[in-house]
Amino acid sequence: MSKAVCFMTKNFGKYDVKSIGSYMAIGGFNALKKAVNMTGEEIASTLATAKIKGRGGAGYDMGKKWSQAKSVIADNKVVVCNADEGEPCTFKDRTLIEHDPFNLIEGMIIAGYTVDAQNGYIYLREEYSHLRPLILDAIKQAKTYGFLGENILGKGFNYNIHLYSGAGAYVCGEGTALVESIEGKSGRPRMKPPFIKQCGLYNLPTCVNNVESLSLVSSILLDDEKKYLTYGTEGSVGTKLVSVGGNVKNPGVFEIPFGVTVRDIVYGLAGGIVDDNEIKLIQFGGASGKIATKSILDTPYTYEDLRKDGVGVGSGAILVVDERTSVIDFLRTTQEFFSHESCGQCTPCREGNRHIKLLLKKVAESTHTTADLASMRKIAKIMAMSSLCGLGETAQSALVSAMKNFEEAFQIK
Amino acid sequence: MAFGTNDKVLTKELAKQIDLILFAHDNDGSKLVGILLDIQEVIPNHYIPTEVAYYLADKLDVKITTIYDCITFYSSISDKPRAKYPIQVCNSIVCKINHNDNLFETLKELLNIDLNETTYDGRFTLESVACFGGCDVAPAVRVNGKVYGHLTTKEKIADMLNELI
Repeated sequence: MSKAVCFMTKNFGKYDVKSIGSYMAIGGFNALKKAVNMTGEEIASTLATAKIKGRGGAGYDMGKKWSQAKSVIADNKVVVCNADEGEPCTFKDRTLIEHDPFNLIEGMIIAGYTVDAQNGYIYLREEYSHLRPLILDAIKQAKTYGFLGENILGKGFNYNIHLYSGAGAYVCGEGTALVESIEGKSGRPRMKPPFIKQCGLYNLPTCVNNVESLSLVSSILLDDEKKYLTYGTEGSVGTKLVSVGGNVKNPGVFEIPFGVTVRDIVYGLAGGIVDDNEIKLIQFGGASGKIATKSILDTPYTYEDLRKDGVGVGSGAILVVDERTSVIDFLRTTQEFFSHESCGQCTPCREGNRHIKLLLKKVAESTHTTADLASMRKIAKIMAMSSLCGLGETAQSALVSAMKNFEEAFQIK
Repeated sequence: MAFGTNDKVLTKELAKQIDLILFAHDNDGSKLVGILLDIQEVIPNHYIPTEVAYYLADKLDVKITTIYDCITFYSSISDKPRAKYPIQVCNSIVCKINHNDNLFETLKELLNIDLNETTYDGRFTLESVACFGGCDVAPAVRVNGKVYGHLTTKEKIADMLNELI
């Protein structure tokens, strides 16, 4: 029996994604109509009741984020939708945009209304350029129907959505780098503070949300029976999109209620391992996520249980690697990725990635010493503590967790 | 005019096309990243020639250093001519464990070029790129914005190439 559910994916395949009329025929924009009769605080507290955590990876309380954004006093504010889904093995936002673009637009309008913003910006990664026409068309149709523009639904609310493109830089998924990129500059993260919630895009208070977070909003607002609260566990309420990939038979995006086990996801939904091989490792949350042995299979997929087992939900990616790949080869590929994507601005990340890459090469050649292993640990620690942004802070997550969970791979010969 | 610009690519027609792109971006220098991507698409070799960079600096009243800061920072923007069909092979972890080494080798063999080289007729370049989210169809390539997946055999790879031309 399938463990997948349809809460935020309920519209998938139910309407013609190119037509606002067909979206409205299945109840589209009802959430917005309901929202404009509520106050921003009420909307934020509805999200807080559903205990939604931001779906980009950091897992910040979304209700809290919106109520903080609302309480900032400023004449102009902006909402940003982070569609720069760059974590390898993460493709849930792509799926959401492909199958339900109007729901994202609706979520963004509600976000704008909630926090009193005048403009919303979608930052779409260049790699998803094929989705640009779909989004632009959706924005245009929403404008024609009066859901965007001046005096929306007669409530005196003015709001527009703009689509901006990334240009192939993983670091632009970081909030401050993202706003730099929208401003027409190279995407190097800013020093914090000030935080973007006070001073972000064009120096305006900026509320950044992930595609999945925004796509949840309409369903939550219309959920009068509180069905969402019946999914999941006490600590992790509701459902989550996971993107499962790697050496599985049936890779894809699945909406799961929190609390199903990793085994249910990997062997149930994703069909098990190719050629029925044994699992070597599973990485959670993309390249910046930690890795675990197959002993994690019976752990329930929740924020708290995964944390207890030393990994995390992150972006929702679940990368399954079978025994044909060695832990060190896996780490070297991940390291290659970070060495390429580090923006080079801050020393710990730029130099740290370079040195770890060299040290991993020694490990692969079995010429490493105890001192090399100590250096790796030390550099990884320095990077996590002193990098400017999340990229450098998390680049060595996989390595550190591997040194703990796969000690044998680092044995000195 | 900048040094070393022997490439006369900025024809009147191209200038007109660029002006249209700038107009679509409200002639707004803060939309530089999108502008560069759009221009790169209309230039047959998918790159930003020096002449064009200086033309933009002038038109948008943006410093040339800002323009080159963007061109050199972003992997999707190139200052070197590419082929008509740049074949971007994903080299991130999901494609790697799904044997993209076979994909790389087969492409090299079929096209008779090495990584980062262009075929003699200027049609194909072989590039290695970071994850573009085609993990569900790994191993995958992306050519001019379109993703081709499940490239596990020589036949499928050859079919993909044939579909392009």
